[in-house]
Amino acid sequence: MEFLGQGLAEAIHRLVTLDADVVEALSASLVVSGTATALSVAIGVPAGTALGLARFRGRGLVLTLVNTGLGLPPVVVGLFVAIFLWRSGPLGDLNLYCTRQAMVIAQLILGAPTVLGLTAIAVQSVDPMLRLQLRALGATPTQALWLFAREARLPILTAAMAGFGAVISEIGASLMVGCNVKGDTRILTTAITLETGKGEFGTAIALGIILLALVFAVNAATTWAQQRSRA
Amino acid sequence: MTRALLLALVMIFVTCGPAAASRSLLVGTTTTTQDTGLLDAIGADFTRHTGLRARFVVAGSGQTLQTAGRGDVDVVLVHSPSDELAFIGDGNGIDRRLVMHDDFIVLGPASDPARIRGLAAVPAFRALAASAAPFVSRGDGSGTNVKELALWKAAGVDPKGKAWYAESAAGQLATLQLAAQRRAYVFADRGTWLANQKLLLDLAVLVDGGPELLNVYHVIRVSPMKFPKVDDAGAKAFADYLTGADGQRFIATFGVDRFGVPLFTPDAGKNEADLR
Repeated sequence: MEFLGQGLAEAIHRLVTLDADVVEALSASLVVSGTATALSVAIGVPAGTALGLARFRGRGLVLTLVNTGLGLPPVVVGLFVAIFLWRSGPLGDLNLYCTRQAMVIAQLILGAPTVLGLTAIAVQSVDPMLRLQLRALGATPTQALWLFAREARLPILTAAMAGFGAVISEIGASLMVGCNVKGDTRILTTAITLETGKGEFGTAIALGIILLALVFAVNAATTWAQQRSRA
Repeated sequence: MTRALLLALVMIFVTCGPAAASRSLLVGTTTTTQDTGLLDAIGADFTRHTGLRARFVVAGSGQTLQTAGRGDVDVVLVHSPSDELAFIGDGNGIDRRLVMHDDFIVLGPASDPARIRGLAAVPAFRALAASAAPFVSRGDGSGTNVKELALWKAAGVDPKGKAWYAESAAGQLATLQLAAQRRAYVFADRGTWLANQKLLLDLAVLVDGGPELLNVYHVIRVSPMKFPKVDDAGAKAFADYLTGADGQRFIATFGVDRFGVPLFTPDAGKNEADLR
């Protein structure tokens, strides 16, 4: 128990003094997960909108696959991405193993299905009459897609937040493909594991508090957006 | 959709640009070097002296040598001599150089129910088996695990599957903590123990010293002949740094500020046989 007290005291000290290790891990987390989320949105929102509107054979299967993607185990994603990126792997020549790019790729695979699936649901729930109206008014398919996305923008914002929430607290994949390099690929979650392994509980707790605060902020924003969209 | 994918790829490479610009030197190494805190510190010192950045891929020595045996890292820093010789014998590695050593120790509850305190390693392992006191092994093919299994063999004991013998399949500190929790005996490197004593008050050092408990680290370059993609210039720079004056000086003082004693003894240029 005394470690908890000492840990908290050290955590506060490190937070107040903006400890370099803590700031590094926080900024790495924000850059990597922010990029992965932006990419998830860039892919997931158009694809999700299309999936929400389209009616085709096998659509149920595609939705099921997307929903499976929501529950992808990070370590499995990490393993497959690592195998591809190892020098002996198919993409070995890119030299991406143990880099932030590798982490972005892994987190993108984890985050995109979340954004895609939630966007599809959001678009589906937009009044179907809108579609008819748009067609009657002569909108091109691209224009219609854009207007639908606009109509569903708050739920889509929620989807983006959920995507961010999924990747910022992820560890398995990031550790396996990023290698936890100090000052580069060491993010909040992998730093917590490392510091715990070294017995540096103060640092670990400080990092944990920041991660919790981040996740809280994201969820607060999501909740706010949801409530507003309902009003 | 195509545009979104293209944009995605461009963004990956732009936002993370600086890291990709310098080619990454990949160093395969072991959990003991990470759990002692040596890796981060020596990585920074290596960068300071050479301007190169080392990325450490951490696993047990056995797994690290497997990774290296596919050419997936450029150089390894490991402590499992028999595996290392096999690695070189298979043509996977070249230029094996002695870097440093610490030693292995046997820890257990201070009450020492198996009465091994002060014994030499092999008799101590025999006494442990005879008393059937709980023992926690790494069980992960790491250098420490390989050494522990060799000592059981020397003691004429096959501990696998015995009720008193547990395998953590975890890193060194996690294994020590498990042993402390269970009031069990455990085999560990001294460095990890020294760096984390305050967490492990329930464990006491019961057996140490003697040539069979030396824990010797070597650096080995992954063969550029067999794996043309490896960064051999980087690997050589890392090996040269570790075994050169700067790296050796760093190792000699690492840990003094925090633990009062250095965790490792630098050994570059020495003959391994002379350590005994």
